[in-house]
Amino acid sequence: MGSYESELNLKATELRLGLPGNDEPEKRSCSLRSNKRSSLESGVEESRCKTNVNSHASDSTTTSDHDQDSVQPAKVQAVGWPPIRSYRKNSLQQKKVECDGNGMYVKVSMAGAPYLRKIDLKVYKSYPELLMALQTLFKCTFGEYSEREGYNGSEYAPTYEDKDGDWMLVGDVPWNMFVTSCKRLRIIKGSEAKGLGCL
Amino acid sequence: MAYTFSFPEEVLEHVFSFIESEKDRSAISLVCKSWYEIERWCRRRVFVGNCYAVSPVMVIKRFPELRSIALKGKPHFADFNLVPEGWGGYVCPWIAAMACALPCLEEIRLKRMVITDESLELVAKSFKNFKVLVLTSCEGFTTDGLAAIAANCRNLKELDLQESEVEDLSGHWLSHFPDSYTSLVSLNISCLGNEVSLSALERLLGRCPNLQTLRLNRAVPLDRLPNLLSRCPQLVELGTGVYSTELRPEVFSNLEAAFSGCKQLKSLSGFWDVLPSYLPAVYPICSRLTSLNLSYATIQTYDLIKLISQCRNLLRLWVLDYIEDAGLYALAASCKDLRELRVFPSDPFGLDPNVALTEQGLVSVSEGCPKLQSVLYFCRQMSNAALYTIARNRPNLTRFRLCIIEPRTPDYITREPLDSGFGAIVEHCKDLQRLSLSGLLTDRVFEYIGTYGKKLEMLSVAFAGESDLGLHHVLSGCDNLRKLEIRDCPFGDKALLANAAKLETMRSLWMSSCSVSYGACKLLGQKMPRLNVEVIDERGPPDSRPISCPVEKLYIYRSIAGPRLDMPGFVWTMEDDSSLRLESSR
Repeated sequence: MGSYESELNLKATELRLGLPGNDEPEKRSCSLRSNKRSSLESGVEESRCKTNVNSHASDSTTTSDHDQDSVQPAKVQAVGWPPIRSYRKNSLQQKKVECDGNGMYVKVSMAGAPYLRKIDLKVYKSYPELLMALQTLFKCTFGEYSEREGYNGSEYAPTYEDKDGDWMLVGDVPWNMFVTSCKRLRIIKGSEAKGLGCL
Repeated sequence: MAYTFSFPEEVLEHVFSFIESEKDRSAISLVCKSWYEIERWCRRRVFVGNCYAVSPVMVIKRFPELRSIALKGKPHFADFNLVPEGWGGYVCPWIAAMACALPCLEEIRLKRMVITDESLELVAKSFKNFKVLVLTSCEGFTTDGLAAIAANCRNLKELDLQESEVEDLSGHWLSHFPDSYTSLVSLNISCLGNEVSLSALERLLGRCPNLQTLRLNRAVPLDRLPNLLSRCPQLVELGTGVYSTELRPEVFSNLEAAFSGCKQLKSLSGFWDVLPSYLPAVYPICSRLTSLNLSYATIQTYDLIKLISQCRNLLRLWVLDYIEDAGLYALAASCKDLRELRVFPSDPFGLDPNVALTEQGLVSVSEGCPKLQSVLYFCRQMSNAALYTIARNRPNLTRFRLCIIEPRTPDYITREPLDSGFGAIVEHCKDLQRLSLSGLLTDRVFEYIGTYGKKLEMLSVAFAGESDLGLHHVLSGCDNLRKLEIRDCPFGDKALLANAAKLETMRSLWMSSCSVSYGACKLLGQKMPRLNVEVIDERGPPDSRPISCPVEKLYIYRSIAGPRLDMPGFVWTMEDDSSLRLESSR
């Protein structure tokens, strides 16, 4: 096994990973992205194993360093990887099917609060659920919603910015329409809401 | 001058009855022939780690007074669909043999086995004092089988179907528990798909004063939970059903009161489809909780932090990666007694990370939780530096399973393999029993494992290594290795054949998508009569390909029962020399 070991050492020093011509360690903020690219790269070198997940993807992504929007070709998943039991996978799957894709995080700001929060709209199934969550998150109350009066009379009111960039009162449109058009939420003082509610 | 002590058998038997551990019992039986005899007549409990290592007849013959048996079937990688359907693990021959010979059997615990309704019916009718049925990750039966158990086992204490695949024909099976039945202590039906009859369940809970564990299934609505809990306020472990419902104020207050009413409640699980606004209902009991399984709960960091920071006495936490680094930091600050942490991925197949969970979360917990022993962690990036820190912080780790989601991911800071990081883990954690590797790894990590992993019993390897040297290091160095499972690694014939004798000291070895040739398998099978060498190959008979062609999957286990007789068409057991000689002498 002696010569075997020296063979191994040579191999170890030959093993270099990273983009071609790029020897500098990646900045931490880019770590997650570049991490993915270098493993695609290594997929090309590893030819022994049958389930070669990433080789066909490497060419298209090694050219651009900072292109976050480069289209990743559909990944061929290795069977049984990552190692999650079917039981657990199915449970997650169910949630995903209902949600129709990844979580839908939107920023939530509140008048007077020093920092924003983020919530996943897909977690909620109706307005009452969302409003209850917002009230809990920001320790405020919205009061009763009515089509005519909006949240008139309450201390705070929830509003949202829709796809067109307009600020709307939460609750006017059907829930599903709201979820797909809401870009961000803002909780405003009841006094400011008066203008929105009455038309 | 030789003299012998000679206690009457009854005295020895009485002394032995205080020895419960399997290992100690085995040791006793090896002292001398008379101790072997006495011991085997008073052994009450046996654990068979591989149901094919020994035959039911052998076990029953040796231990005629068994009351409790535990059996494991399929290899661990079956959990991840690597073992084709129909491979085996049938419990039927065991049940049939025990039904005849062990009428006093009280407990059956199975893991990864196939059990049919017929077998369940046989259990229900054959064992008059049957008390415990635990089916973990099993399959092959329906709720009809459960009905037979419910109807006939008058002394049943435990019915646990943890993560089994049950064909759920109807929820009425539960109604088969007769009105006179009151001995239930533990019920786990969390894997069932359909709604059970809730009124039957309520009545059942109400008449079983010793009930301690109740794990409901997803189909049990949240607004029925308070009612159920009021029937069993002595509960110690609870798994809720779905944790959301229409928002109504009285539901919340009922729920809160019901939880508070369970003064012994220490363990919570379930929480499917959590509506965050209902989480505060458990706040009053958080400080009593020692075990919390939120691994199906899609709650955000903020809500998780609020909940967990109140659970000062938590010993075990299972959670989704929604907890993020911030949540793990809070965990480290609040739960100083934590022994076990499992973090599961919420989006394992997504191309981009969906949560802010990195290696930092695990580092925080390793820093803040001095009693942490057991870790299962899914993440998308890792560094050697983080692994060094974890190793130095927590030399008391006994189980360390790290899954970096993308195969062959290097250290994200240095781009190097993670060999030295994992090396630090095995070097510092001297009592490490179980280790799962991931990320970019060369043969060097196996050198570290072989050198330092002296207490290692189970090792899981995927997409790692460069040559047979890696496998050789492990097989020659890990003195206590019992289970080794490997997938997609460039390990071939040399290391396997050079360490053939080692394989007889282990329970099993699994290798799939590696480079072991059919020829090596044949040779191994020939030379090692006490090993079953199973070639699992869905491409057809290995004889139809060149002998140097690698096999798809290989499962080697020691056995005194010889090759099994229930193999499907895609499994071949390599014959040993003795059977070959028989063939040629015909």
